[in-house]
Amino acid sequence: MNSETMGTVMNNEFAISADKLTRNFGDLTAVSELDLHVEKQTIYGFLGPNGSGKTTAIRLLTGLLKPTSGQIKVLGCQLPKEANKLRLKIGYMTQKFSLYDDLTVKENLQFISKIYGLTANEQKYRLNELLSTHQLTKQSNQLAGSMSGGQKQRLALAAAVIHKPKLLFLDEPTSAVDPQNRREFWEQLFDLCDQGTTILVSTHYMDEAERCHKLAILENGVKRADDSPQALMSNMAAQVVEIAANDLRHIKDSLVKLPQVISAAQLGSHLRVLVKEEVDLPIALLQQQPCLTPADKLAIVRPSLEDVFVSCTGNKVMPT
Amino acid sequence: MSNRLGNGLSNDIKTSLLRVHAIVTKELLQLSRDKMTFGMVIMIPLVQLLLFAFAINTNVRNIPVGVVDHSQTALSRVLQQTVSATGIVTFTQHYHSTKEAQAAIDRSEVRGVLIIPQDVSQRLVRHPSVGFGLPPSSKQETSRPIAQWLVDGSDTVIANSIRSLRSMPLAELLDKPANRNTPTFEVTLLYNPEQRSVVNIVPGLVAVILTMTMIMFTSAAIVREQERGNMEMLITTPLAPLELMIGKIVPYIFIGAIQVSIILGLGHWLFNVPINGGLAQLALATLLFICASLVLGLMISTIAKSQLQSMQMTVFILLPSILLSGFMFPYEGMPLPAQYIAEALPATHFIRLIRGVVLRDVTVVEMSFDMLWLIGFTCIGLIIAAFRFKRTLD
Repeated sequence: MNSETMGTVMNNEFAISADKLTRNFGDLTAVSELDLHVEKQTIYGFLGPNGSGKTTAIRLLTGLLKPTSGQIKVLGCQLPKEANKLRLKIGYMTQKFSLYDDLTVKENLQFISKIYGLTANEQKYRLNELLSTHQLTKQSNQLAGSMSGGQKQRLALAAAVIHKPKLLFLDEPTSAVDPQNRREFWEQLFDLCDQGTTILVSTHYMDEAERCHKLAILENGVKRADDSPQALMSNMAAQVVEIAANDLRHIKDSLVKLPQVISAAQLGSHLRVLVKEEVDLPIALLQQQPCLTPADKLAIVRPSLEDVFVSCTGNKVMPT
Repeated sequence: MSNRLGNGLSNDIKTSLLRVHAIVTKELLQLSRDKMTFGMVIMIPLVQLLLFAFAINTNVRNIPVGVVDHSQTALSRVLQQTVSATGIVTFTQHYHSTKEAQAAIDRSEVRGVLIIPQDVSQRLVRHPSVGFGLPPSSKQETSRPIAQWLVDGSDTVIANSIRSLRSMPLAELLDKPANRNTPTFEVTLLYNPEQRSVVNIVPGLVAVILTMTMIMFTSAAIVREQERGNMEMLITTPLAPLELMIGKIVPYIFIGAIQVSIILGLGHWLFNVPINGGLAQLALATLLFICASLVLGLMISTIAKSQLQSMQMTVFILLPSILLSGFMFPYEGMPLPAQYIAEALPATHFIRLIRGVVLRDVTVVEMSFDMLWLIGFTCIGLIIAAFRFKRTLD
């Protein structure tokens, strides 16, 4: 447990705890024996390729799906029994925009605020607040369907937090958003976290995953690793060697055939090679290969989250 | 916010009403932006009323028929004129032989042919309704009709109309005063003495149009939210199924009321359909039926997987509602199984109610069976729809 990265770890109670959570769809096991413990007031990430069970896991934790087996406790509510009680305490931003395209920004927010039982006064105050925090004041009378991806996403976030939920679920929130909007979006998430909200976010972007306090790497419904991004990187079960040479494509093809090499990926003029942890001298091992010349430069470098992901999942190619 | 939770029943009801209000407002806003649907709300009753009221007519007139005149006398021509004067048929063709006439019926040129025999004058003179000349020499002689109709009997309405000419009075043919025979029964026609079918059709049309539009609107209601992806958001909120159902129904009650006003108002103004019952009774009967139809639509909506499916199921309900409800054919004339099916349709009960209120000035309470049936259907249906509506994605 890497606790120095978080200031709020002292809180013993978990916002989410799941125990051997499993969900089958027919023969397919979408989520398999997932153990999960999310501390309050942290941002927790689900990192995984498409079809790794991220959305199913979120739906199980919000009570939208019933688990095939396993225990779930979210904000003190036992699921699926107390799903109704939980609804008022959580916010959920779906992967696909799920507000009404044929209502304006303001009408959408008014609708949601009434659903959550805000009184007329609360509503007026809260709406103005949300519109300015999420930079939607100018668009307040625009139809939601006519807005850009980034604006829609800000509206969806505003709608998900209208009732100030203690726990916020975000399912691939930035998949339709440019990098600039993504940065701003994460600023908002950290603000919310600071105000006491626990956030669970699923993503397949490395840079986004790296921003989380803690991270679970999912593959085919199985949790491969979970810890803080820093801990994951420093405890990685592999070593990273960077090679600067000519004809990298050819070198890569030869190296990946070695049993000690987990994967190799080209990054511009460098080749990044993941070598198994048990190899004592990875540079020496690679240097011996006939495809490399003594002139080529080899160096051990600090692992990135992508390396962690690849070594955990055994994927040769990164999903995007 | 959370401290207000569980603050007692009155607060629960208040927040519940707020949620229903949210759905109603949202539906109305969406409807007002959907120009096509909004137009249909007005156009469907308007166009259908004009079409049905003009087109559906069981008093058939001016059926095109032909004649084969073997007699070629002044009398045979007078006979044709007399028949033509009834207005039921119009002679459009003359044929030389019976064979030729039958071929014309085969190819639908005419719906019937009057065949006047050579001895039409002798037959007429001996005809009992004319009653002069020599007394009949034998029983058989008196019973001979004066001419023959050859009719395309495939359409029963047309066949019956021509058949009604069978015993038309012939006295004026011979400048005699009209037959003054006393009929066996005296028949007093209440409520529609002039026998205009539009009087019966317009109130029935209210049922057909409401069945069509009300079921159509709500049958798509839940499916649409699912298809557009809004449902995933709605089910994570504290919105209860019953609140969603009621919120979906309320806006359409107003729309139904607008449609009924158009149909009955125009029916009264254009076709002189009497509205004998009180407006309050009318409103009550209509409200009951609108609710029943909307709930039926909601039930469809919880079963259908797509808007196309919900449309198909709407048509599935609509056809028996038109054919079996008593709108087109009298309920009493249908075989027992058809009556059972009719009994299960809200339209049947409403047609009884509205014809009672509009034409006969009875109160809804006097027809308590149909009233209670509609109320029961609405309540049970609403519960079934809310029960069937799943709050999980399983």
